[in-house]
Amino acid sequence: MTVETVLLVASALLSIGLYGALSQQVVVMVMMGLELMIAGVLLALGGLWWFLSPDPSGQVLLLVVLAAMTVEMATGFAIATLLHRRTGTDMTDMAAELHE
Amino acid sequence: MTDSSLVVDLAFWGCAVVAVVFGALVFVVDSMARATYALAVSFVATGGALLLMQQSYLGVIVVLMMVMEMAVMAVYMVMFMGMNPALMPMSMVHSHRTALGASLVTFVVLGSGAVLVPWPERRGAPSPDVTEALGRAIMESHMLVMMAVGPVMVATIVVGVALSTARTRYDRLGDDLDQTPTDPPLRGETQRGGRRRDR
Repeated sequence: MTVETVLLVASALLSIGLYGALSQQVVVMVMMGLELMIAGVLLALGGLWWFLSPDPSGQVLLLVVLAAMTVEMATGFAIATLLHRRTGTDMTDMAAELHE
Repeated sequence: MTDSSLVVDLAFWGCAVVAVVFGALVFVVDSMARATYALAVSFVATGGALLLMQQSYLGVIVVLMMVMEMAVMAVYMVMFMGMNPALMPMSMVHSHRTALGASLVTFVVLGSGAVLVPWPERRGAPSPDVTEALGRAIMESHMLVMMAVGPVMVATIVVGVALSTARTRYDRLGDDLDQTPTDPPLRGETQRGGRRRDR
């Protein structure tokens, strides 16, 4: 376990998440992609913290990323619920009012 | 130093393989239930990797949070998709090739950066009790972070309730809560305010 291997695994997680966030049509699946991306960021920050500068400030940053993840999932679920109530759908392609 | 031992290395690679493989399975399996469980396993493995880097508190939080979230996600699927998700084959993707290309390019760029950058040596040593050091940091020198995160969490609760509630008392009784409730509201009528009846 070195900083290189941890970052490599983190970038794999982030890339898989990016694929999901770009390609999926169901809102919940897009959220899953975003969460995988945040997991990659968490792992990368954790690795950088442990291998480069293990003082408590880095852990506080990790805590902020975790908080961002919580906000993302709570708001995402709420928007998906709203979308389902308004349009009866759960697909991103059918929620393009702002695009039109 | 524990991170040089073979056991830690093996455990890390186990966690890494599980995290990446199950992360990929999320978008490969053909049912949402399986995708949810795959993501949960991937996150537990990520939390395990964090635990190997002595971050007991954050690793455990990641595992607990993701298990709870996957439970919520399962409830969500049953509630809104009106189906047994495990029995519903699913292939709902768009711009598959673009997404695949973007993700491969991202991996190559980030991965080569991770391998090729000459990372500096570790500066300083971790405190004997990392969790205690984190607790002291957020309650002393970095308290502003916690003071910011707290209101953001409360705002998230308000946003979640406001977005996902179908009708509130303000929809039924008007902005000043002094109107006769309309039930159900007329279709096409503005949701807020309801219909004022003759008194």
